[in-house]
Amino acid sequence: MLTFIVRRGLWTVLVMFAITVLVFVIFFKTPGIDPVRQIAGRNPSPLVLAEIRHQFGLDRPFPVQYALMMKKLFITRDLVSYSNQGTLVIPEIFAAAPATLSLVFGAAIIWVVVAIAMGVGAAVLRGTVLDPLLMILALIGISMPVFWLGQVANLITQSRFHDTFLFSWVPPLGYTSLTQNPVRWFEGLVIPWIVLSVLYIGLYARVLRANLIEVQNEDFIRTARAKGLTERRVLLRHTLRNSMITFVSLFGLDFGVLVGGGALLTEVVFGIHGVGFLTYQSLTNLDLPVIMATVVYGAFFIVLANTLVDITYAWLDPRVRLA
Amino acid sequence: MTGEPLLAVRDLKVSFRTEDGLVKAVDGVSFTLSPGETLGIVGESGSGKSVTMMSVMRLIVDPNARFEGEVFYKGRDLMKLSREDMREVRGSELAMIFQDPMTSLNPVYRVGWQIAEQIRAHERISRRAAHARAIELLTAVGIPHPAERVDDYPHQFSGGMRQRVMIAMALSCSPDLLIADEPTTALDVTIQAQILNLIKKLKEDFGSAVVLITHDMGVVADIADRVAVMYAGRMVEQGSKQDLFYDPQHPYTWGLLGSIARLDRPKPRRLTAIPGLPPSLLRLPEGCAFGDRCPQRFDACAQVPELTAKAGSDHLDACHLAPGDKRERRERTIHPELTEEPA
Repeated sequence: MLTFIVRRGLWTVLVMFAITVLVFVIFFKTPGIDPVRQIAGRNPSPLVLAEIRHQFGLDRPFPVQYALMMKKLFITRDLVSYSNQGTLVIPEIFAAAPATLSLVFGAAIIWVVVAIAMGVGAAVLRGTVLDPLLMILALIGISMPVFWLGQVANLITQSRFHDTFLFSWVPPLGYTSLTQNPVRWFEGLVIPWIVLSVLYIGLYARVLRANLIEVQNEDFIRTARAKGLTERRVLLRHTLRNSMITFVSLFGLDFGVLVGGGALLTEVVFGIHGVGFLTYQSLTNLDLPVIMATVVYGAFFIVLANTLVDITYAWLDPRVRLA
Repeated sequence: MTGEPLLAVRDLKVSFRTEDGLVKAVDGVSFTLSPGETLGIVGESGSGKSVTMMSVMRLIVDPNARFEGEVFYKGRDLMKLSREDMREVRGSELAMIFQDPMTSLNPVYRVGWQIAEQIRAHERISRRAAHARAIELLTAVGIPHPAERVDDYPHQFSGGMRQRVMIAMALSCSPDLLIADEPTTALDVTIQAQILNLIKKLKEDFGSAVVLITHDMGVVADIADRVAVMYAGRMVEQGSKQDLFYDPQHPYTWGLLGSIARLDRPKPRRLTAIPGLPPSLLRLPEGCAFGDRCPQRFDACAQVPELTAKAGSDHLDACHLAPGDKRERRERTIHPELTEEPA
């Protein structure tokens, strides 16, 4: 198990390196994108362009440019935004990260708990009306786009019914940090949490139900019953444990993507200034250093989540450890 | 063969509702089993052997299944037990091993843990003690280095070794009845013999009765005391091993025996086969289910024959033919080479 973790860790470093190279090539070497023009503003003279090119090290050979960028990104951490001169990119991301983490962690807890409950419930209640009912509910959840659902939630809680006792507690849009005011932090995030988790609840409940039903037909479940175990133990220890493998790998990927800025739409709709929001802004301005930094940040979490998934996977299924 | 039977199945019927209609998988099966006895149940695929014994264990969870009849185990009707009472019986008094050892163990738990889990489901015993028992059991079923192997996962065992683990698990609570559902079908021939010998030996050590489900007459000849032959969900013949092999009464049994290649007899030009296919369990023919394939068919076969003792007090068969009429016809079916003119 330990060798597995070490091996997986080294692999992670390699993947991270590959990602940074790839991102750098895409954003700095794609024909048609000249970062110098981005920095220089409208109608710059060739002299100014050359000046900036030299100043930002963009006249140096490609590997040097890459090394410089990585140095600014990881070692000196003084990468400066192009379109918003003077703003340091790394601190900006670190300042935005807690909002994203708060949003995604809360939503993840909700979606895992509710999806397991719904999936197990539907599988156990197979043959009754409740099973298709739960699955239709899940399908509705999957079908509602998060930006639409978010806007509807805002319409209801911020304007239409804000004055009723139901939603009068909902604070205005935005993010309050946990350290500043924990109650406000919670109140402000409840609606975004629910909105973000709806899609995943639907998806995960359906996946889990399908897996549970598949595993229920396995020979070893019959063995478990023949051993004289309680139905509850058969379900939780044997069926669910074997069904969680797909669930966990899906979760790791989705979680990594969301922490890495994938909750962009939710953040924009609810005015939460997290990493997704930052990515959104930098993409609209084509602010290369910020894009670079957010992508690397996002990739880091996705790769990290993947590693954690693989480790969990190996813990769940011993056959993976040797592979 | 004296005293109270350990298991008495009376008129067991199992049917499944399907889109095409009612499938009568088991249609009125009765038999008894004495303590310590080995009963072989033989029949083709789909003849209801497994379903019968799975129903005895109440392991069929299909909501479309319907059960009728009585299954008395030590005087208690298992079909009427509450789920919790049945759970207590299962695994501790009645244990079952299955056809495919490759898929019968949970891939994510260590084998020792899986054995200990069963012990702890039935006895108040510490984790450590259960683990020690698991090692003893693995020793008993002949797994080398049991103290190390106990912490291995199923995928680290070969098929034969996994079946040994299954047997160790089944015997972990010293059951009075072990049901083995084609335990050697998925294994290669040399391993088959090992597993059968193991079951024979452990049956003596643990004093369990055994029901062995198989479609291999050779296996039955090796290990069973009594044999029951099933066809299309019904029992067609039942008796001691001697009765069944030396004085078979039902034409279907003749067919089965005739299809065995024997080394101790002159070699036939070709093995006899039973013509045709078993009937669909959705639409059983009127009368004797074997009638359509039976070369001996006559008028009376339009009635369903009863399973009664015609050839001896403990030798039951479900054929309308009078025992006296059978001898010559039987020889022609089982040993055509002995009666045929040499070519």
